[in-house]
Amino acid sequence: MTALLSAQGVTKMFAGITALDDVSLEVGDREIVGLIGPNGAGKTTFFNCLLGLLKLDAGSVRFEGRDLAGVPTHRRARLGIARTFQRIELFTGMTPREHFLVAERVRNGRGALWKDLLFLGRPTSAEKEHAQKMLDLLGLAPVGDRSVESLSLGLGRLVEIGRALMTQPKLVLLDEPSSGLDRHETEELAETLRGVQREQGVAILLVEHDVDLVRNLVERVYVLDFGTLIASGPTSSVFADSAVRRAYLGDLV
Amino acid sequence: MEELISRIFVGMSYGSVYALLAVGLVLTYKTSGVFNLAYGAQAFVSGAIYYDLRVRHEWPIPAALLIAVFIVAPLLGLVLDRGLFRYLRNATAIAKLVTALALLVAIPQILKLWFGQNPAAGTQGIVPKGDVSYNPFGDVFVSRNDLATILVTLAAVIGLTLLFRYTAFGLQMRAVVESARLTELAGINADRVSTASWVLCSFLAGLAGVLLAPLFSAVSDLNYTTLVVVAISAAAVASLSSIPIAFAGGLGLGILQQILDRYLPTGSVLASNIRPALPFIALFLVLIFSPALRGRRELADPLAGVDPPPPAVAATVRSPVLTNATRIFGVVVGLGAAYYVFFHASGQWLDIAIRATILAVIFLSITVITGMAGQISLCQATFAGIGACATAQLATRFGMSVLVAMVIAAALSALIGALLAIPALRLGGIFLSLATFAFALFFDNVMARFDWVGGGVVPEEAPRPTIGFINFDQSDKAFLVLCLLILLVISVLVLAVRSGTTGRYLDALRGSETAAVSIGINAARARITTFALAAAIAGVGGGLLAIYERATNYDPNFVYFQGLIWVVLVVSLGSRSVEGAIQAAAGFFVFQAVIINQVVPWLANNLQPWYHMGQPPQTLAIILLSLGAFTYAKHPEGILEFNKRKSLEAIQRLIDRRSSKGGFTSAEGDVVDGPDAVGLPAAAGGPAS
Repeated sequence: MTALLSAQGVTKMFAGITALDDVSLEVGDREIVGLIGPNGAGKTTFFNCLLGLLKLDAGSVRFEGRDLAGVPTHRRARLGIARTFQRIELFTGMTPREHFLVAERVRNGRGALWKDLLFLGRPTSAEKEHAQKMLDLLGLAPVGDRSVESLSLGLGRLVEIGRALMTQPKLVLLDEPSSGLDRHETEELAETLRGVQREQGVAILLVEHDVDLVRNLVERVYVLDFGTLIASGPTSSVFADSAVRRAYLGDLV
Repeated sequence: MEELISRIFVGMSYGSVYALLAVGLVLTYKTSGVFNLAYGAQAFVSGAIYYDLRVRHEWPIPAALLIAVFIVAPLLGLVLDRGLFRYLRNATAIAKLVTALALLVAIPQILKLWFGQNPAAGTQGIVPKGDVSYNPFGDVFVSRNDLATILVTLAAVIGLTLLFRYTAFGLQMRAVVESARLTELAGINADRVSTASWVLCSFLAGLAGVLLAPLFSAVSDLNYTTLVVVAISAAAVASLSSIPIAFAGGLGLGILQQILDRYLPTGSVLASNIRPALPFIALFLVLIFSPALRGRRELADPLAGVDPPPPAVAATVRSPVLTNATRIFGVVVGLGAAYYVFFHASGQWLDIAIRATILAVIFLSITVITGMAGQISLCQATFAGIGACATAQLATRFGMSVLVAMVIAAALSALIGALLAIPALRLGGIFLSLATFAFALFFDNVMARFDWVGGGVVPEEAPRPTIGFINFDQSDKAFLVLCLLILLVISVLVLAVRSGTTGRYLDALRGSETAAVSIGINAARARITTFALAAAIAGVGGGLLAIYERATNYDPNFVYFQGLIWVVLVVSLGSRSVEGAIQAAAGFFVFQAVIINQVVPWLANNLQPWYHMGQPPQTLAIILLSLGAFTYAKHPEGILEFNKRKSLEAIQRLIDRRSSKGGFTSAEGDVVDGPDAVGLPAAAGGPAS
């Protein structure tokens, strides 16, 4: 069986600086995988390479066995790769419900102008039902019709996660979901993510700073430092590795 | 060979002025984040004043120069910064662009109230005996004017470079651009730095304006606006960030223009049309092909996140009862106006009603492109013109039924819109607007002059249609009904698109493009669709206007200037809603007919006995309306929408108070108040202090 996502020898250079050097990583079906590393290790660069926002200098990214080279970002999303953002990116002026409805509409792939002109573009009752289910699942129902600007950062992250899940992805890339959240909010987030993963059966690639969250959630972890992978394997054994402790964890753990 | 060299010299003299303007544009953009489209207008102010003092009043050169360049120009910069752009420093790029547009429209018109409407011929340069030429190398002739221009520009640019590279002040200027608020946190008075840079840039514009004067045969605002387009191309070559490249670009374009001018074939219609259009073609090509602009992002303030969110649209905050009440109110007012126009009004008011209805159709295209897609297009008048030309051509030359011709013309307009959108798409915000500006100027100067487009010297005729027993040629009232029906259909379609898939994709794209793409929205497709749709709507409006006037009349109706005024008008009154477009169109004509032609003279003649005012100048309406755009930065939702929201909030509070007195506390009231509470403190835009 091939892995859901398979990155082989990904290399990316910026003006002579090697940001990523021969990074290989795999995520299996319904698996939660972590990618950790200190600031500037190349985590976000790697993310952007997976999503096609940056062009690879070498290596390949395959999703369900299909080579993604030359596939534009929005197509990758439709293939089943969804993401969240480290610096939260919501649709300003829209409510959480509208966020979910838009994502649902994209999944249904109905963007034709002529349908709009015939008044067929409004949300259908099935779409509304799906959006309501997602609001309930994430506990966003009480704020479902408030503008997202008035939500706290924690709720905003949940809206992002919900929007990603509404596209019914096979893989969700989470970019530092705990940044800016306090310990309590982070624990709640971990709880929600576990529930979501159980219910929807998606695979998750978690790029994270917060060691507790990673340990709490992730079965397998990759460690990135200065653009190269320095360790990978089951979470417990990787965190025991002395090189990892030196590079990333210091003596904190 | 000698001729080539002397062409290069002449080109250098043009080029230095372009370079000066380009440097000023880059500098303003770098220090205040404003892409100053009105820069040409500023140059025109100094050019006109210099001309007036030097030629009409025969002042000596130094005195005229002192007043025009060293006093008036910096003063203008000071006023613009203190009175206007200081409050826009943290505003959106669109708000800054709209304000600059309003200035571009208003400044020349204000000046012409005093200077006279017609271009003044017989300008003079800044050195005595400017026409005298030297020929240092054989047959190469260089005039004193050219030399003076080149030398003055060189001195100015060297001074600027030193200022930016080696002084603390230059460093502060660059810091202010990065983030005015961060700079202030470091203890630098950003207001002072910005003011100084505006004064400096305005001085450069004034210098360029006076240097340009002898190169033209006459001082006219059109010359300056056109020539600033070359400077814009040079600034775009430098991707609005490098002063030396902007300088070199301006110089290069000046020389290129002269050489092409000499060696292009003279015989064909195409060549004679292309020659005056070289600046626009250059700008368009630079924008489309410059690699530096590819996917370039707007300057983003790192502290932008601390801004309060924009207020919600009134319709989403008010209760259903109020919504219905306003709708009923709107219908009653509309019916009242219709009753008056049909049964009591004079021909003048019927004319106004028809024109306002047609203009409302065209304005709906701005609602689509600016209100929904969040882009500023400066060529909607051109699309309307394409619709008008195609309607007339198809009906007159191919004998089509004129209404069928109008539909085909709209489709053609949509096609051209889509074709324009494809290359322009990878340009963001300001550069997209500039590309549409270049397209509008290009179409005005090249395409519209062909016989098979605008009809040549005599505008192509467009007959009124006949449907069954209704002959629209006989009855303007019947034609008004037809226009109203078309407006109704297009309004409904726009509403359908807004609430449909496309509208919500555009909302998402405007909210966050990266996020929208990440869930699989095809940004390019959504934008091309919008551009095509907007072009089609404008095309219908243009076709209708041609049918109403029975001829294309490209020149006064659809030239770029109209497009600028329309955008400014719709955006400042409210581009988010359909009723905003209709109100803007009605307001435009009613304002002219009532305020300008009746109220202003009445006030003038009754408040004081000394001066009798006859018919006020027609440009007064344009000036006042474009100055209204200054409210845009404060109320980005449009001034009508703002007042609607405020008054509805007041009524809502009244209702809430009544109902709570009566013992009703609806759960709905809380929901309504939710976003409202966030929206209230959001009238941002004041100075950061």
